[in-house]
Amino acid sequence: MTSTRRRLLALAAAPRRRVALSVALGAATVLCGVGLMATAGYLISRAAERPAVLSLTVAIVCVRFFGLARPITRYIERLASHDLALRVLANTRVRAYERIEPLAPAGLEAYRRGDLLSRMVGDVDSLQNLHLRGTLPPLVALVSGAVSVAVTAAILPAAAVILAAGLVAGGVAVPLALGSVRRRAGAREAAARGALTSDLVETVRGAPELAVYGRSENRLDALAAKDEELVTVARRAALADGAANGLGLLVTGATVAGVLALAVTAHAGGELDRVLIALLALLALASFEAVQPLSQSARELSETLAAGKRVLELTEREPHIHDPADPAPFPATPFALALDDVRARYASCERPALEHVDLRLDPGRRIALVGPSGAGKTTVVNLLVRFLDPESGRVTVDGLDARAYRQEDLRRAIAVAGQDSHIFSTTIRANVRLARPDATDDELEDALSRARILDWVRGLPDGWDTLVGEEGRELSGGQRQRLVVARALLADAPVLVLDEPTAHLDPATAERLIDDVLDAAADRTVLLITHRLEGLDRMHEVVRLSG
Amino acid sequence: MRALDPRLVRRARPVRALLGVDIALGFATAVLVLVQATLLARIVARTFDGASLGDVVTELVLLVVVFGIRGAVAWGFEVAGARAASSVLSELRLELVERRLRTQPAALDGVEAGELSAVAVQGVDALIVYFGRYLPQVVLACVVPVAVLAWVGAVDSTSALIMLVTLPLVPVFMWLVGRYTEERTRERWTALRLLSAHFLDVVRGLPTLRLLNRSRGQAETIRDVGERYRLATMGTLRVAFLSASVLELAATLGVALVAVTVGVRLVGGGIGLEAGLTVLVLAPELYLPLRRLGAEFHSSADGIAVAERMLELLEAPVEVERHGTLPAPSPGTAEVRFEHVLFAYPSRPALVLDGLDLELRPQETVALIGASGAGKSTVASLLLRLAAPTAGRVTVGGVDLADCDVDAWRRRLAWVPQHPTIFRGTVADNIRLGRTEAGDGEVRFAARLACVDEFVQALRAGYDTVVGDGGRPLSAGERRRIGLARAFLRGAELVVLDEPTADLDAATAALVGAAVERLQADRTVLLIAHRAELVRHADRVIVLEHGRATVSVEPAAA
Repeated sequence: MTSTRRRLLALAAAPRRRVALSVALGAATVLCGVGLMATAGYLISRAAERPAVLSLTVAIVCVRFFGLARPITRYIERLASHDLALRVLANTRVRAYERIEPLAPAGLEAYRRGDLLSRMVGDVDSLQNLHLRGTLPPLVALVSGAVSVAVTAAILPAAAVILAAGLVAGGVAVPLALGSVRRRAGAREAAARGALTSDLVETVRGAPELAVYGRSENRLDALAAKDEELVTVARRAALADGAANGLGLLVTGATVAGVLALAVTAHAGGELDRVLIALLALLALASFEAVQPLSQSARELSETLAAGKRVLELTEREPHIHDPADPAPFPATPFALALDDVRARYASCERPALEHVDLRLDPGRRIALVGPSGAGKTTVVNLLVRFLDPESGRVTVDGLDARAYRQEDLRRAIAVAGQDSHIFSTTIRANVRLARPDATDDELEDALSRARILDWVRGLPDGWDTLVGEEGRELSGGQRQRLVVARALLADAPVLVLDEPTAHLDPATAERLIDDVLDAAADRTVLLITHRLEGLDRMHEVVRLSG
Repeated sequence: MRALDPRLVRRARPVRALLGVDIALGFATAVLVLVQATLLARIVARTFDGASLGDVVTELVLLVVVFGIRGAVAWGFEVAGARAASSVLSELRLELVERRLRTQPAALDGVEAGELSAVAVQGVDALIVYFGRYLPQVVLACVVPVAVLAWVGAVDSTSALIMLVTLPLVPVFMWLVGRYTEERTRERWTALRLLSAHFLDVVRGLPTLRLLNRSRGQAETIRDVGERYRLATMGTLRVAFLSASVLELAATLGVALVAVTVGVRLVGGGIGLEAGLTVLVLAPELYLPLRRLGAEFHSSADGIAVAERMLELLEAPVEVERHGTLPAPSPGTAEVRFEHVLFAYPSRPALVLDGLDLELRPQETVALIGASGAGKSTVASLLLRLAAPTAGRVTVGGVDLADCDVDAWRRRLAWVPQHPTIFRGTVADNIRLGRTEAGDGEVRFAARLACVDEFVQALRAGYDTVVGDGGRPLSAGERRRIGLARAFLRGAELVVLDEPTADLDAATAALVGAAVERLQADRTVLLIAHRAELVRHADRVIVLEHGRATVSVEPAAA
């Protein structure tokens, strides 16, 4: 087992008892099928000797028993394995969450784009296949194969050798051989598909420009060529995919013929009762049911492992920010925040995001931080709340290095309403209350009214319980920002940081929002980050960051 | 859900070829199954009667050969299915893109670019399952049971009768319970999507949760939601899996019933050993294709959904018909007029433009301002012939644009959208979108005029730097300057600029502003703006409100 798989099994651990139960039930299902065919073969052979019907009773009971038991074990097995998968899914999510929670947001910087994040979440979900495809089928094949071989061995040891060899060829050799061919073809297919996808997205997105600039025909020709490439590669991959079933049947046939040949010889030599020949042949034929799905599960497992690797890359990162062993008590309310000659750099970038930056936020002051995009304004916020620690220089709270405090204490003292603040897909009430779960309805109303959004909320048919949709999709840009501001106000922290609260708003709306927020901030310390000019006249100081 | 959408058969040639191949292979499989069972039974029966290995060696070799051919046939099914799937998808995909490019390039309402690409590329796996496994199974389920039943009937009519009695139970159960399950399964998948969405929402909101000191408690919530989902799902599955078990029960009981009756009749001498064994080996083959069909039915549902969505997209009505043939007069010398233009998107009833009158005189710059949603971009689309007026007309030099040759008209235009598309390729190639045959010198000159040169010089590979997907990322300002360079290179007589300085910081906005000013010389320019910054460059300012030009003022007054 590879180390990736071992590490993934730790992340997506399943209770051993339940795995064992699923394997036992799966093997029982296969063995019932084997038993049905084998005893039926025996019954018919024995009956051909024309004994008294009564002497067939045991065989008849066996045939009926296996016929009835198989659907029942199958039913229970499917329930057990799905239950297992769902348990694993729930636990894996929790474990993955607990590992990435301390990383956010600096450690997740590379995943900022929504599609990468949703791929990550999809990858975590796909880890449930680790057991369904990776652990259960081989174990079921192993157990049922061993029993089939053992029964054969008790009757005719030489035939057991052939059967064992056949099962290994069908269950191990074929999947392995096809797996390596398939991986090579698959890599080429993925590359061709990726190239076509990005061209297709560009073409569809840029269709109006291509039309206006008269380039549609050329583009179509280029796409057709890329498409041709993908089709050719995909066809080659299909050759390997389809071979699994075919080779499986060939191996089955060869094994059954081998077992039969040995049985015939043994019977001729007087070592084997003739009534057992059909039993041996049909047992061999039926026992291949367990190895037949292994090629496909191997293929699906390799996809799961690729997804798992991406998950591990993330969950095995070490967080850069830690709480001190002996945290200092957080200062009482008025306190000053300052940046002293700070240089800061994100792990993913070579260039520092900030260099030689000094900033002082005295209690009750309102400071605006302006500058072109990319000058590092948001980095200042990240430093203040310790999403990032400076490379050199210091961030201080009440004169003491911010690293001396517990992160939770620090974040309780600083409320951030940012352009990136997330609106959760739930009700308005739950979104705002997140800042202080114990807040009373009066306090909620107060926060909303100071963010000038209370009347609008009251006017909604569902009022407070209105669902805002994924990422607040049901709200306008202005309403979203006001909701975020209300949340920050409810947190009731002495320091309020507003990170581009007016981005994507038209000038009139932006101006109203800034006015309202500054009114609501009252005597709090305010840091307003912006690249626009609204509200600057109401600030005590404007600091320019030049980048 | 149908087994095979007739629209798909009609439209896609590879599907018809595949159906032929599948039917041929299906008959081959049926014959091989019969031969295989007969051989197996014969070998056992003859040994039973005292034959030695030498007597049955031919049959043994044949048995291996028959299994081998069955394997080849199974391979053929999958390979043919995969080939057909990729051909069908390729055909539909190109048709879809072609349609998009030729007839409705601007029709973005309703169908997002992302969805279209996802359907067109990602669907192939789902279709391979559908064509490679489901469709063959449909053929096999039709052919094999009939063949098996006929053969058993010839060998031993009593067993055939027993099978015939149990057989109809299978499709009846399948239909009854399958219908019920399908609904339940769909519910389950909706729930699963909701669950994933919850997890995704929490992960996306992690920075916010940490800021609010609420991130730790979320692990419990995730666990609770997962546990609740598990309990609900298991409740559904207990019922859903019953259908498969009922099928399985019919199959195993059928086999057991045949085996026991054959056994009892053997004792009485009503049937021979070889015939009895043949019937026994064939009995499971009768039910197998039907059971597999049930299993593949669910896994192929995605493929059918993809194909149906593509067909829907292909059959959506076309928006702009191109039929004009007249040569278009030059907007460099003739006036462009919007004459009482009405416009509404087909998907929405509200009028975007409601009797718009507007004129662009040669060589002048007109700024079009108005709140978002006022219809500014629609004006651009009509001018570019990406859309046609619902009523009224757009003319140049008195000729209706609808009567003009679209390509000839567009050759006179350049357009810089708010977010110019960057195609994967070099910077130079991207600028050449304006005029493919332009030389390196011309490209550089256009780049200098558009202030592209400033950032390209700083790149190691200069104009050969690869940009676009997977290449060097470009900022909004850089993209827009490349868009402007395209317009310079084009040497167009009429240029449409859509919000060239929106969302840029002051320094970049100044660079772009200067480039716009250079572009205005000797050209007619329609400048769409949200804010008033660039309006000072304009000869006239038109305010768009409620789909009409309400005010037309000199820039000094704006």
